[in-house]
Amino acid sequence: MTTAAPEQVPSRRRARQAFAAAAGLVPFGIYTVLFLGVPVVAVVVSAFRSPSGGWTLHNVWIASHGIYAHGFVMTIEMALLTSVGPGIAGLVVAHAVLTSRGRILRRVVSTASGVFAQFGGVPLAFLFIATLGSTGLLTGWLKAAGFDPYDHGFDLYTFFGVSIVYTYFQLPLMVLIVTPALEGLRPAWREAASGLGARSWEYWRYVGGPVLLPSFLGGVLLLFGSALSAYATAQALTSGSIPLTAIQIGSFLNGNVIPGEQNVGKALGVGLILVIGVAMVFYSMLQKRASRWLQ
Amino acid sequence: MVAIGEVNVLMDTTGPPRRAARRPTRSRLADRLLSISWWRGIVLVCTGAFFLIPLYAALRFSLQTFSGGFSFSAFGAIPSQQGFTAALSLSVRLAVVTTLITLGLMVPTSVYVHLRLPRLRRTFDGITIVPIVIPPVVLIVGVLQVAPTFLKSTPYLLALMYAILAMPFVYRSLDAGLRAIDLKTLVEASRSLGGRWGSTLWRVIMPNLRTGLLSATVLTVALVLGEFTMASLDLYQTVPVWIYNFAQDDGHVSTAVSLLALVVTWVVLLVISSFDLRRIRRTAQIRKDA
Repeated sequence: MTTAAPEQVPSRRRARQAFAAAAGLVPFGIYTVLFLGVPVVAVVVSAFRSPSGGWTLHNVWIASHGIYAHGFVMTIEMALLTSVGPGIAGLVVAHAVLTSRGRILRRVVSTASGVFAQFGGVPLAFLFIATLGSTGLLTGWLKAAGFDPYDHGFDLYTFFGVSIVYTYFQLPLMVLIVTPALEGLRPAWREAASGLGARSWEYWRYVGGPVLLPSFLGGVLLLFGSALSAYATAQALTSGSIPLTAIQIGSFLNGNVIPGEQNVGKALGVGLILVIGVAMVFYSMLQKRASRWLQ
Repeated sequence: MVAIGEVNVLMDTTGPPRRAARRPTRSRLADRLLSISWWRGIVLVCTGAFFLIPLYAALRFSLQTFSGGFSFSAFGAIPSQQGFTAALSLSVRLAVVTTLITLGLMVPTSVYVHLRLPRLRRTFDGITIVPIVIPPVVLIVGVLQVAPTFLKSTPYLLALMYAILAMPFVYRSLDAGLRAIDLKTLVEASRSLGGRWGSTLWRVIMPNLRTGLLSATVLTVALVLGEFTMASLDLYQTVPVWIYNFAQDDGHVSTAVSLLALVVTWVVLLVISSFDLRRIRRTAQIRKDA
């Protein structure tokens, strides 16, 4: 490394240096392009092609009507429900844990949320079948207490049931994400606020809330994405009886295809990516407002 | 709390009338603190119940026998189930290969970015987060479409894809580790003592990155052992796919395997974090001695 200030280096030499510096990124770049870039581009391109070759909008038309449109609506509703709800709950839990004095509690919660956040899919489905299935333990307890949830419209294998199951990994994920931000709230700010006569809600409205907002929104966005692309849990619980887009895409691969519609699954995939893209645009807009608010 | 006490002391010196005015405030504060800890207790108990009841239910269910008694037979029966050892061996091989690929790719690249291209750090941050945006089910659709036959016929195609899925988590752990050490000084010291790049990376940077490497490894292994979407759509029977397929035959054993999967991950994470704690204590000890 030269110690010369960059301004003194001739531009051509600087360009060559930058080029040489970028050379170290080549293996990573090749890998990412081959295994991430190429497949995604392939999906996007085939979404606009008919099985016989040639460009078409037919796939997109099918993917945005009928059961597939319904699937998108269900998926987005599910993702919103299981990102905002567990997001707020995760924030509350993380706050409760951080402000408690028990150090053991904190350690248990931090490792437990690491485990539960990773714990999805098939095993999770079994846990909840044993708990809230029609012969589950909790169902049995409630029945013994004189309240049969299955008589009151509850069913584990429906939209609402699946969203309870999602909470099992969404809430710990939020705790993991938001804990560092909560740790960043200095006790001195709270003391200063109450020293100036602020009440608890005023502290959260004018100090704590604005500071936390960006990380909270980021966490909710991550939960939204994870709920949107969750496949295993819903598949294992419902065997595809709820029309979620991810499961519909999977069923195209499993060979449940009407001839001529082979590429509709890819159009659905593009749709999912678009939904996440829109969510990210919203997020960055909110983020910008939040940072202006902070100033 | 200290600051509030100080404020009160200041008020106390200003004379009796003010002190009288301050008193109720203080007790109101105490009331509020009391109500907060009430509220905290309720939150913690509800959360604990939400997370523990399913575990308990699954444990009970897997211990139940058809005659109504309890036994560990469902756990004992796991290894002898048809296809389980094959599935476990495939999952373990995939975990090892994925970890090697991920670390082999990400460690040199992250070190390089931190050392040579610190200005690109934010951009690199953005690039490594992309796999979170692409749903795995979409990615596997594209991969199965474009992958050449020799890759499609081996399960290790999954390892190559898992390395992509693990990238965001692995980079974040490595990044945290690299920020915590004085990378530039370490490298310059090693280079000036005549160390070559390979030995600098292997003998100087890697030992200092131990915590980051460990958490990256744990996250990767956990991801591979739990991944269902890609494996099932690529038609390979890893452990989660096996549990799913086997559930139709015996729910008790499937539930037992599910519980075991959770407990094993937890134990591994606890071991790793206690290893970390020991290291922190030792560092503190060295500092104290110095």
